[in-house]
Amino acid sequence: MTDITKTSRFLDYAPAPESPSILHLRKNYGLFINGDFVKGHGKPFKTISPATEATIAEIANANARDVDAAVAAARRAYDTTWSKLSGADRGKYLFRIARLVQERARELAVAESLDNGKPIKEARDVDVPLVAAWFFYYAGWADKLDYAGLGPNPRALGVAAQVIPWNFPLLMLAWKIAPALAAGNTVVLKPAETTPLSALIFAEILQQADLPAGVVNIITGAGDTGEALVNHPDVNKVAFTGSTAVGRAIAKSIAGTGKKVTLELGGKAANIVFDDAPIDQAVEGIVNGIFFNQGHVCCAGSRLLVQENVHDEVVDRLKTRLATLRLGDPLDKNTDIGAINSREQLDRIRELSDIGEAEGAERWTAECVIPDKGFWFAPTIFTGVETSSRIAREEIFGPVLSVLTFRTPAEAIAKANNTPYGLSAGIWSDKGSKILAVADQLRAGVIWANTFNRFDPASPFGGYKESGYGREGGRHGLAAYLESAGWGAPSSPKGISTVTKGASK
Amino acid sequence: MTLERPLALAPAKRALELIGADLTEKSLRLHLEGLPGVDAVGLEQRAAGLGTRSIKTTSKAWALDTIIRLIDLTTLEGADTPGKVRSLVAKAMNPDPSDPTVPRVAAVCVYGDMVPYAVEALGASHGDPAKGLISVAAVATAFPSGRASLPVKLADTADAVANGADEIDMVIDRGAFLAGKYGVVFDQIVAVKEACRRADGTYAHLKVILETGELNTYDNVRRASWLAILAGGDFIKTSTGKVAPAATLPVTLLMLEVVRDWKRLTGERIGVKPAGGIRSSKDAIKYLVTVAETAGEEWLDPHLFRFGASSLLNDVLLQRQKLSTGRYSGPDYVTID
Repeated sequence: MTDITKTSRFLDYAPAPESPSILHLRKNYGLFINGDFVKGHGKPFKTISPATEATIAEIANANARDVDAAVAAARRAYDTTWSKLSGADRGKYLFRIARLVQERARELAVAESLDNGKPIKEARDVDVPLVAAWFFYYAGWADKLDYAGLGPNPRALGVAAQVIPWNFPLLMLAWKIAPALAAGNTVVLKPAETTPLSALIFAEILQQADLPAGVVNIITGAGDTGEALVNHPDVNKVAFTGSTAVGRAIAKSIAGTGKKVTLELGGKAANIVFDDAPIDQAVEGIVNGIFFNQGHVCCAGSRLLVQENVHDEVVDRLKTRLATLRLGDPLDKNTDIGAINSREQLDRIRELSDIGEAEGAERWTAECVIPDKGFWFAPTIFTGVETSSRIAREEIFGPVLSVLTFRTPAEAIAKANNTPYGLSAGIWSDKGSKILAVADQLRAGVIWANTFNRFDPASPFGGYKESGYGREGGRHGLAAYLESAGWGAPSSPKGISTVTKGASK
Repeated sequence: MTLERPLALAPAKRALELIGADLTEKSLRLHLEGLPGVDAVGLEQRAAGLGTRSIKTTSKAWALDTIIRLIDLTTLEGADTPGKVRSLVAKAMNPDPSDPTVPRVAAVCVYGDMVPYAVEALGASHGDPAKGLISVAAVATAFPSGRASLPVKLADTADAVANGADEIDMVIDRGAFLAGKYGVVFDQIVAVKEACRRADGTYAHLKVILETGELNTYDNVRRASWLAILAGGDFIKTSTGKVAPAATLPVTLLMLEVVRDWKRLTGERIGVKPAGGIRSSKDAIKYLVTVAETAGEEWLDPHLFRFGASSLLNDVLLQRQKLSTGRYSGPDYVTID
């Protein structure tokens, strides 16, 4: 047995890595079109592990021709199969998918951690369970659309083009695919260029679930593939999650085409800590708000607004807490902070952090050993940030927290709302009435009280202003994929590809 | 509202330094009620998060030995006899007869009248756990209910100390605490601490049992923890083990946050003892992680952290055997006590 005299610290926990050997990865992945993996016609690209920069697999690249094929497959599946199924039957497929996700949860978590760089603990405890929950939730809605309060005879839109980001690859896929299928649409989905792996394993799950061919098509590629997809003339619906710049371009390019759009874009959320907050839990909430998923969260609490009289204490406690975070191998079960997803993103985080320093804010970085290979950024906080600083205005999308102060609730509300974004916000106080009064005046889609970054399929999620429009999740999430056909319309469309315009709302 | 007449409380060094010379029921109340609140959901979430740490190989081996070194091996039954206590002491000194490398536990914990038998059985092994010896802890103050008059509680304490107890595990008056009579609870702890004084002027270590299962809310647990420290407790302890729920990870986390804050404020280190309900190595390791990541690794020391447990030891021994031999043994390969 070990000697009691310690040679190293207990807190340097021995490695506890999850093994990637449970994955059955192929060397090459094709495009998932019409129920099969097919070759792409673009130049294939490699997906790498951001923690080691090692190649994981070669991924097909969809060009315009492939996009055509995928949209055609989705259209065919919509016309011939999916639109003719009853809601109960669609629900059966969704339940089946949800159960398969649970069965293969460990494999999906490892793939997600490997390809994205997020800690396995998070993929295992947050991402994958939520993916299953999303499919279970919308499976339940599939045969109850008439009762969703969305008007008489709700009908699917047709083919949905969905483009998702790299921060929660599989979870964003679930947010998009589950409601679309429940509502009766067929789907062409493009995962992000740097994180296609879990979507391709998900495609295998769709095969296992015997989902009719073409109902979900997954095509991989970069921005041009996404552009071709959303601009395809036979697409009825566009759903995008990603940066505000791309969202704006999409909105512009499809304006006037009649395609229905939902956009879930950037954010610069205020996390407001009042002096009567439960302080230890608030510190946890700040950590969870900005360092969860390396800060690659659109609703991250990246602006900490802390009441001036508790500023020093909160910052002091926060630094102590950050010193216990463990940065390193994402597959180690004890890792808290994983790798930054790409060199490009790392460069952006570095650039904005340097700007923060140049603007005069005080930078503090937790002491961490940074691995030699891969992309890493240690948890960092900036104090003395002014409302006019760029790091208080722009989305950094990394583990960087800007700390600002306020004196009164009115000032907190004004500062929190003083941003072009409006995706989320957090309020920390022991006083319920204060929480409700402040929440009422915040212009953000999601407001968390005494918690942060909590998600549930029953709760709608979406933004104000430059954070986008439309809601995902809950009953509201169905509205993005349905249109009322009006009173007296036939209850299910028979092979028609678009819904009569003007019948809704 | 009627103003309470300010009653001067018994002097206690810590409280006087922190709250000031005008220590009254009212100033004590204001101090305790001014502590930041606890959000139950957030606290439990943090405890659950700490519980997911994966402690393997060398870390696990070190953790198992450390758990043993932190155990207060306990027997607190009405049916306890000198023979039972001798048997417990033998187990404390030599937990696994098949493996002499197993460390000793920190202390044995018994009822006051059993202290002489424990001291006698320990013989030369009686002493400071930091030196590899074993302490004797006695529960006192009308344990477990605490429902007796103060003179009885003090006599109970003084008797155990006179018989050689190194540590006194007292219970607070939960009734008085819940009725808001913080001053009563405070004065009793101060008095019991005084009763811990030995003839030579040294004190037996005082562990203050809050019985968190009866305090019911986390806000109460935080206040009671501060109260116990202010009044002079050396350790704050969760439970008697006679009330469910006994020790839980969130409650222990909260008490560790209190001692961490106390150190930030004063530089002084107070011990924490979760007791009751911790039966498996797996659970105990979660507590070690929580201690190390909350108060700091320096707290993993018998002077600052203890497990109040009886059946935990055997599970740790089984895990330890598994780790050294690579095979699982079974309950017949460890001694019942």
